[in-house]
Amino acid sequence: MSYVKVLKCRECNREYPVEPIYVCEFCFGPLEVVYDYSSIKKVLKKRVIEKRPKNLWRYRELLPIDGEPRVGLESGFTPLLRANNLGKALGIDELYIKDDTANHPTLSFKDRVVSVALTKAKEFGFETAACASTGNLAHSVSALGAKSGFERFIFIPAALEASKIVASLVYEPNLIAVDGNYDDVNRLCSEIANKYRWAFVNINIRPFYAEGSKTHGFEIVEQLGWKAPDNVVVPCASGSLLTKIWKSFKELKEIGIMKDLNSKVFAAQATGCSPISAAIKQETDIIRPVKPQTIAKSLAIGNPADGYYALQAVKESGGYGEDVSDQEIIDSIKLLARTEGIFSETAGGVTVAVAKKLRELRKIAQDEVTVLCITGNGLKTQEALNGHTISPHYIKPNLASFEEVLKKVSGLGGYRWR
Amino acid sequence: MAVIVRIPTPLQGLTNGREEVRGKPGTIIELINDLDKQFPGLGERISEEGKVRRFVNIYVNEEDIRFLKAEQTEVKEGDEVSIVPAIAGGGVVKEGL
Repeated sequence: MSYVKVLKCRECNREYPVEPIYVCEFCFGPLEVVYDYSSIKKVLKKRVIEKRPKNLWRYRELLPIDGEPRVGLESGFTPLLRANNLGKALGIDELYIKDDTANHPTLSFKDRVVSVALTKAKEFGFETAACASTGNLAHSVSALGAKSGFERFIFIPAALEASKIVASLVYEPNLIAVDGNYDDVNRLCSEIANKYRWAFVNINIRPFYAEGSKTHGFEIVEQLGWKAPDNVVVPCASGSLLTKIWKSFKELKEIGIMKDLNSKVFAAQATGCSPISAAIKQETDIIRPVKPQTIAKSLAIGNPADGYYALQAVKESGGYGEDVSDQEIIDSIKLLARTEGIFSETAGGVTVAVAKKLRELRKIAQDEVTVLCITGNGLKTQEALNGHTISPHYIKPNLASFEEVLKKVSGLGGYRWR
Repeated sequence: MAVIVRIPTPLQGLTNGREEVRGKPGTIIELINDLDKQFPGLGERISEEGKVRRFVNIYVNEEDIRFLKAEQTEVKEGDEVSIVPAIAGGGVVKEGL
């Protein structure tokens, strides 16, 4: 049974039936799923959720599907881990990492949105799934689409390095390398989406797809013992994840699972692509597009579709936004790895570095429960750390050579064999 | 000579199916008002209270007007203006997610 009432334009409030459409015919605003919360409230209780399997579908009444979940049955419910070592480094007593580097099957939060998008695509009767992406989204559509039997078309700009696309190619989608830049690829995809009856997860399925991000927020609340944190720091590309995390907190309050909601939501960006944090800092409602230049490529959207809404969520919650340099991003990837044993992609470096800055600015207090959203695995973007890691110790295959190194490492040569 | 304006498919119903129309030079907002006189109803689809709608992108000679002077950007004879609905998913996605 579905709890979705209609799709509604976020800009002009015109309503539309539940169909694979994504944009308001009148004002071109994005369409948003509207739920029947009073019915959901009657059935979705903490004890109901807690009995269900540990995947993102445990919150299914708050997701836009009609029937049974069909894709991503092992996705979501990633660890929320207490990060005492990093907390010490940042000066935050109760710090947590929401660790989507361990998401199934492709190690990023995109497995959440794609699970929902492809389940919905099945309900709509689509047989082909598509997206324009080179990174996490491409991997997730390729993999989850393979498992669930979709014909897949993944569109990328032709000039992309081969190393970046192996993690999509291995699942054998139709990889279409377009002679043009990303703008060209996107424009082409919207034309294809108009002409062919395909499920473009981030175009005509977008209202449903984006709802999958809420599960990241639901899980944070459940894993904190059904309490929202004081602060949550979220990396921003289009701004959709931040918007949906805020929506997830508000929904849990709306249906009575949480009594209070006093969370502040913070936007994290790279300085080389910071249209959202810039608008927050300048206290303006206007998102000024930028031409991105940052190593945090998964966040490099210069004209963020949900930027305005992310801004509103930050303001409504009393949060703030900050941005950090490429060097700070690299330092923070290493800090997270060194302190908590988590290797994050560049977006995670952005989140950690921004949290550090927010703490220094006293926007986050030492005694506040703070969650950092780490959204993708570092093994995918290892080139970002080229030349920035420590080096191996090269030795000859004999004990003396090893002990030379050991002396240097220990400083005193104080290690004993037992 | 006039300003050449490219109309996106969803708005061509208001321009009798024409993909390209002509308007008077001036600021972008003056141009929109002029187009609305020629094609009643077009103005409110593109703008609201003198501001271009948030999910409509306007380009003057291929440059986004937000990089210029927004609604106050001047267009002159021979300039080419494109009206493009922002794709919900990032109008200008420079790198994939």
